[in-house]
Amino acid sequence: MQLVLEKRAERSSTIALVSPLIAIGLTLVTMSILFAMLGKNPISALAVYFIHPLVDSYSLQEIAVKATPLVMIAIGLSLCYLANAWNIGAEGQFLIGAVAGSWLAVKTNGTEAGPWVLPAMLLLGAIGGALYALIPAICKVRFGASEILTSLMLVYVADLLLDYLVRGPWRDPKGFNFPTTAEFDPVATVPVLIEGGRLHLGGVIALIVVLAGAVLLGKTIKGFEIRVVGAAPRAARFGGFNSNQLILLTFAISGALAGMAGIIEVAGPVGHLQPGISPGYGFTAIIVAFLGRLNPVGILIAGLFLALTFIGGEQAQIAMKIPLDVTKVFQGILLFFVLACDSLILYRFKLIFASPKVSRGAH
Amino acid sequence: MRKILVAATAAILATGAGLLSASAADKLKIGFIYLGPVGDLGWTYQHDLARLAMVKEFGDKVETTFLENVSEGPDSERSIEQLARAGNKLIFTTSFGYMEPTLKVAKKYPNVHFEHATGYKRDKNMSTYSGRFYEGRYIQGVIAAKMSKSGVLGYIASFPIPEVVSGINATMLGAQTINPNIKIKIIWANTWFDPGKEADAAKALIDQGADIIMQHTDSPAAMQVAAERGKLAFGQDSEMIKFGPKTQLTSIMNNWGPYYIERVKAELDGTWKSEDFWGGLKSKLVVMAPYTNMPDDVKKLAEETEAAITEGKLQPFKCPVIGQDGKEVECKGGTHLDDGQVLGMNFYVKGIDEKIPGK
Repeated sequence: MQLVLEKRAERSSTIALVSPLIAIGLTLVTMSILFAMLGKNPISALAVYFIHPLVDSYSLQEIAVKATPLVMIAIGLSLCYLANAWNIGAEGQFLIGAVAGSWLAVKTNGTEAGPWVLPAMLLLGAIGGALYALIPAICKVRFGASEILTSLMLVYVADLLLDYLVRGPWRDPKGFNFPTTAEFDPVATVPVLIEGGRLHLGGVIALIVVLAGAVLLGKTIKGFEIRVVGAAPRAARFGGFNSNQLILLTFAISGALAGMAGIIEVAGPVGHLQPGISPGYGFTAIIVAFLGRLNPVGILIAGLFLALTFIGGEQAQIAMKIPLDVTKVFQGILLFFVLACDSLILYRFKLIFASPKVSRGAH
Repeated sequence: MRKILVAATAAILATGAGLLSASAADKLKIGFIYLGPVGDLGWTYQHDLARLAMVKEFGDKVETTFLENVSEGPDSERSIEQLARAGNKLIFTTSFGYMEPTLKVAKKYPNVHFEHATGYKRDKNMSTYSGRFYEGRYIQGVIAAKMSKSGVLGYIASFPIPEVVSGINATMLGAQTINPNIKIKIIWANTWFDPGKEADAAKALIDQGADIIMQHTDSPAAMQVAAERGKLAFGQDSEMIKFGPKTQLTSIMNNWGPYYIERVKAELDGTWKSEDFWGGLKSKLVVMAPYTNMPDDVKKLAEETEAAITEGKLQPFKCPVIGQDGKEVECKGGTHLDDGQVLGMNFYVKGIDEKIPGK
């Protein structure tokens, strides 16, 4: 007797809609059992996780702040992945964007520079990220180098470059030699939208990016080309689409978005350049992109949802004294169920009672 | 359907709120932000030991909450603010990287008191506290020079910030009192905690001739390498003797407990004021682990050095301090370098052949 995964003949659109709900349901049941085993009331624990953060403006703002870089990066990555270009190095492009934009903030620090500084910084961030993303793209197109490896390894290069800059030339002269730049001037800081809160202009930019992504993919010929090149490369060739050009384009867009997310994070919530500005946003965004099924609106929802689990997890640590590890288990279980349920859209389990051939090679 | 949902939500919220408020009555709520997981040893573990000592002291009068593994990036401001919003009146943020976030949250919550470890920015409701770890380093330098046969010390450094640089200098100044020609090899691990990197650094240092391993990183990996190779080593932050029963000479242990107890007492009495506290051997914030694996005369010398520093008779940075360039460093403290010079230290003393990275 054998249990096998069999490809479904056709996709059921009902299951596609219901699958995330099933996943969340299974997660809630599993977590309730886990909370009960820890001696916590499952209902209050789940309330702290999923409902408390949604009912006060402070937590809602924090969710938006946390989701902003994730969504921006993930939208760019989804374009790459749709075009079958595997950009794994968004983390590096994020850092380089932060570095490129911070250059202007550091140079104008303490001067009379006007309000043009911030827009210029955002632009520099986007350009920096795009150029950095083009390195693996060009290596791929020109030399056939695997973009997965090169983009990933450039993350470490970016990390060390940032490290060098804040320990060396850009170090805050009044900072007792600690590895950080001086705090950015107000003109070099992303403005906060609500007085006293942390929600910043970046949230609005992220929404615009989602909208632009949806329009690009849904309404333009370029978007169509991207999807065809990814889904049916041969058809794309017959159609005269230049797949190399699309690799360069999607990498550049993806790098630009990651870079802009980087400078927004540095000029917004952080306020200065330092090592460790990203708790792995570039990698988490890969999860967000796939959770959102490479669809701009899906990515927005996935980004907000992942942010909710971070904020809720923190509040659970405070209010219920639930250890950090449990909140991580929670996220892991959630991802597991979402991906497992997703694969059931395309596949189904089947029991095979008599296997036709016993030996398939030496075991 | 919608009504049921609303009712259910309200019920859940009420349960949650009830849970929160029931335990909050009268107790002083105290929050902690930890850099790492609590674990069994190291920086965060020592802070948690101190928290537990403080809870033991005040019992029912306090209620503590900690958030662990809080990265020093953009997330930390939120974590600190969450503690403030949850009603904590005194919040300890236990790593340098929380300085700006703590300052920002302190401005937003003027009625909450903040205690930031190892930073230099303060406010009306934000104190700073740190340890004079260089005092312990000086003693280690004396011991190392006595115990080294090769005359080469191996030093695993974390980041080239003043605390680490002053530790290297204090080690060297202590060692030079025994052996003026002592050499020191430094490897920058660029991490506070990474057992793999630390072990590699220890191996490289031993291969370069070092027979005493000293570290400003958190894990016992270097101690274990030294033990395997039959060399001697010093622990860091915590007692590490169990990782090298025949290897550890002593360890500089961070003992935050008395300070936490004092500050919580001040908060309970209503006498809390913003301060800058920098405690060393005298205030028992820095404590030396027992002197082991050394002959009695070295042990005696170490104890005498410790006593002299504790009583203030011996200043690790007593003038004249000669810089690497051969020039005498300005003596702002009269007979020794003043605290500002140590807190901002960005030079090596004479006798160190290497260069500070990024300088």
